[in-house]
Amino acid sequence: MNGIHDMGGMHGFGRVEREATEPVFHAAWEGRVFGLTRACSVQHLFNIDESRHAIERMAPIDYLASSYYERWLDRNVRLLVEKGVITHEELERRMAQLAGGSDPAPPHSDPKLLEGMLRATRERTRYRQPGPPPRFATGDCVLTRNDAPVGHTRLPRYARGKPGVIARVHGSFIFPDTNAHGQGEQSHALYSVRFDAGELWGGSAEPCAPVHIDLWERYLEPAAPARSTS
Amino acid sequence: MSGAHDEHGHHHREPESVLSLRVRALESLLVEKKLVSSEAVDRIVGAYEQDIGPHNGAKVVARAWVDPAYRQRLLTDGTAAIEELGFGGVDLQVVENTPGVHNLVVCTLCSCYPHALIGLPPVWYKSFEYRSRAVREPRVVLHEFGVDLPESVEIRIWDSSAELRYLVLPQRPPGTERLSEAELANLVTRDAMIGVALVPPPTAAAR
Repeated sequence: MNGIHDMGGMHGFGRVEREATEPVFHAAWEGRVFGLTRACSVQHLFNIDESRHAIERMAPIDYLASSYYERWLDRNVRLLVEKGVITHEELERRMAQLAGGSDPAPPHSDPKLLEGMLRATRERTRYRQPGPPPRFATGDCVLTRNDAPVGHTRLPRYARGKPGVIARVHGSFIFPDTNAHGQGEQSHALYSVRFDAGELWGGSAEPCAPVHIDLWERYLEPAAPARSTS
Repeated sequence: MSGAHDEHGHHHREPESVLSLRVRALESLLVEKKLVSSEAVDRIVGAYEQDIGPHNGAKVVARAWVDPAYRQRLLTDGTAAIEELGFGGVDLQVVENTPGVHNLVVCTLCSCYPHALIGLPPVWYKSFEYRSRAVREPRVVLHEFGVDLPESVEIRIWDSSAELRYLVLPQRPPGTERLSEAELANLVTRDAMIGVALVPPPTAAAR
């Protein structure tokens, strides 16, 4: 989708501001949102691609006005409501109950969930899955598709319809464009594609600053060798 | 998120108490439905506050500096190489800085970052400023971080658009020949592993 999240190359944002000493979480609720999200993931309530797409579906004005973990909270509520796990009414009711000082939820212990969450920080991910052999090899020239898909995609807008060169063949990975929409994993080849800065930004490109993007084969078409690469 | 912005359009509009209450209510509902335990949330928050941070990635970098065979394995298959040191949770691609190439990592579409190796990202990494500008004007952004590289050095930007995470293997600074692997790891910063800083030589006192 042509979303507000797709920010690569946008003008209008200022200096990158840094905090001198930054805590891991700036408020306790941020940590809770983070932990709840990890739990939802281990419980398979939503997958990573559904999760990213839910944030992309925020109204642009809300996306821009929200902090990172506010967007995560919005995502969690949005997906859990869509999947029928909770309702907005339930959430509002529970907020009122908690504000009144009572929490009706009985304590719940789940050592298996905890172990699964900790394992996910140590073990191999499962995003790499078998798929058909790659069509392209390192050094091949490619052209990215110039689609404007309404759904989720990981081909950034700034790199649509651009010539690039395969820099590395990563192997076969779950395809976000289908996995975000309940259309299956459809794993296939993922590549690191190198783009000349001039192809992306024209005359305003900085010298000697190529961009590498990880792109799935379905985003790519074969192309004739470019006149020059840098 | 209704009420998430005021008439001035700045960040952080919603009063924190409402946000906090909303989060507590969500947790309460998920606990009631036996989908989440508060203890599991406590523990994972604690793990990221105390155990999982840049010191993990720094160990990987220091090992690569002292062991050329490990460095080669790390560049060839980062995922397998970090498992040798007991790390995981991430499919990893390591990119190496050299005198002629400086690497810079960004995620323009969200904020992908190698959590398991260097902890949760700082706010600036997730900011609209960094996400929008790092791909288009990396030299200006690096200048804001105090890093100025000659035009003869290629700035290689990695936009983390897939389930592969990027870690920069910085150049080992001069004057560190006598340092132990643990002392070397102490020099390595989070920012150097993202590519917005160089690893400085040790101070005279530490040498």
